[in-house]
Amino acid sequence: MSNTARANILARLREPQRPECGFSERDYLSRYDWDTAERVKRFTERMVAVRAEVHHATPETWLDVVSQVCAAKGLSNLLVSPETVLGKQLHAQAERFPALKTYDQPIESWKQELFYGVDAAFTGTTGGIAETGTLIVMPSVDEPRLMSLVPPVHIAVLEVDRLYTTFAEAVQAQGWVQAGMPTNALLISGPSKSADIEQTLAYGVHGPKELVVILI
Amino acid sequence: MSSEFRNTVRANLAKPEVRANFYRAMDGLMTRRLDQFPDKAELERLRTQSMAIRANALSKLPELLETLEANLTRNGIQVHWAETTDQANQIVLSILQKHNAKSIIKGKSMVSEEMGMNHFLEALGIECLESDLGEFIIQLDGETPSHIIMPAIHKNRVQIAKLFHEKFPDIPYTEDVDELTQMARRILRDKFYATTVGLSGVNFMVAETGTLCLVENEGNGRMSTTAPSVHIAVTGIEKVVESLSDVPPLLSILTRSATGQPITTYFNMISSPRKPGEKDGPEEVHLVLLDNGRSNIYSDPELLATLRCIRCGACINHCPVYVRIGGHSYGTVYPGPIGSILEPQKAGLDVHGELAQASTLCGACSEVCPVRIPIPSILNRLRYDGVRKDAANTNTVGSGKRRTLSEAATWKTWAWAATHPTIYHAGSTLATRFKGMLPTNLGAWTSVRSAPKLAESTLHQQAKNLGVDHE
Repeated sequence: MSNTARANILARLREPQRPECGFSERDYLSRYDWDTAERVKRFTERMVAVRAEVHHATPETWLDVVSQVCAAKGLSNLLVSPETVLGKQLHAQAERFPALKTYDQPIESWKQELFYGVDAAFTGTTGGIAETGTLIVMPSVDEPRLMSLVPPVHIAVLEVDRLYTTFAEAVQAQGWVQAGMPTNALLISGPSKSADIEQTLAYGVHGPKELVVILI
Repeated sequence: MSSEFRNTVRANLAKPEVRANFYRAMDGLMTRRLDQFPDKAELERLRTQSMAIRANALSKLPELLETLEANLTRNGIQVHWAETTDQANQIVLSILQKHNAKSIIKGKSMVSEEMGMNHFLEALGIECLESDLGEFIIQLDGETPSHIIMPAIHKNRVQIAKLFHEKFPDIPYTEDVDELTQMARRILRDKFYATTVGLSGVNFMVAETGTLCLVENEGNGRMSTTAPSVHIAVTGIEKVVESLSDVPPLLSILTRSATGQPITTYFNMISSPRKPGEKDGPEEVHLVLLDNGRSNIYSDPELLATLRCIRCGACINHCPVYVRIGGHSYGTVYPGPIGSILEPQKAGLDVHGELAQASTLCGACSEVCPVRIPIPSILNRLRYDGVRKDAANTNTVGSGKRRTLSEAATWKTWAWAATHPTIYHAGSTLATRFKGMLPTNLGAWTSVRSAPKLAESTLHQQAKNLGVDHE
């Protein structure tokens, strides 16, 4: 049935005469002259405007920041991959953090715990976008998709040298097409929210209620 | 003269609470959109770019659909084609049956509304759960969406509070938006946890990479497409774009035009089901491509622009008719200006052709459309198609079906008089002589205006008296 439908639809779409068009306007690129400091400032403004927390740190201090954040929020556990570069560093100083959990089995084996027993998750990012205050997250074997979605708190580290001005710039600079798209690529721009009730903003609808970004 | 549409409009115009809700909502959305576009020249450049991206995709539509299908399939996503909503529903059903699923959790999908999917599945004993907060609210109340982006826009918080308390009596009554939202979060979290099949729409699909892109703020879209073991995406055939580089500009103008946001909380780009070694994500991902009249719209070079739509809802937010009559008055899945051009073309001018009449052609919609759809021109064209005598010369469904002999005769007479000057002048001179006898009650026309008063003498006579030579 689907094959007949396919043939019929494509045949109908091929019938009309189609004009030759150039569409050079497709390539227009908005230009910004933002240096790193400006990008960090804009990113921070956008994130704070949607109630994300932003901390500025260095490769030497970011672990301190994570530890402080966990204490401030009274977290009883933290989901962290032991395989990633940053995750390894966290696990190496496990005593400074709440009980560290790992996502090392398929979701089917521990769904109950992930959905109802995990306070927060820590992930890395593959980049950021300053114009819109956005994290680029590409879930992987080590940091699965639900990590940045299910637990009510998401803590993420963003390296400033991967903070791009626009989404278009990130796609181009990182060669997304040439590299091939991953299973799932995510742009995360704050904690979950909705304005469906009288257009009044409410946070923490289905995704994380709190997003903490640590810039290094 | 009355029709079901007009009766519904009249009834909804008389509901002050509904009208107040819409005024407040539309004012807010229009202001927030304006705030996002401070540089007018830049806005026009972006609109032209977005139009070019969509027009380019449409100019190559069959080829791009084939490329998209090839890349999605290579990525492991199963592609299905449906000419009608019946076929689309059957495809969804067969996937559910294959997995013995008795329920499906939905992100948000206007195409699923077009399919009447919830009714279809529920009649067969399959539970359809809406997870988008607005859709969840109206599902509780047994209603349909009144806006394509904000489905519960016609309700205020007191109405929602009462509804929640009625459906969940164990939870104490509250009008606090945060508390209502947390209620929905708790209830739906259990559903995300337990349901095996999730359904979503698609905002953009990228032919170059075989990627489905989804826009959302709440996280329910990601939940519905990640937690269940099967993800079904349904969309119209026109939603494809050629290249990945087409996505950033469209995303930017979409979110800013729709809700005045620089970007939505989440932008979710799905290119495959769970790969070996990955620990979550659906094992199966399906895409259902629905035609339902779109290929027919495609065949007309003037009406084709209808298919550029990226479903932002800006036209709806700016329409003076929509804000007064509300989304439900249209009686269609898509309301407002886009609905008034899309629905008559899909269902036929004989079914929804009257929607094309319900406009002053003010053009507010076409001024804000991010892809420059000339909505007033299309409305005019549809009005013409509805009454034209040569229905065979156009593919528009229901052409000529709105033609009435009395209207046709009236225009024919006027055209004859207007092209015969002696008759025309004799007629207008006669009118000035007998102006006292003209009726002052002209039904609906004079119910809100004074009747026209004719002059003592015609313009031609006055000009002649003044010695004006019109050669």
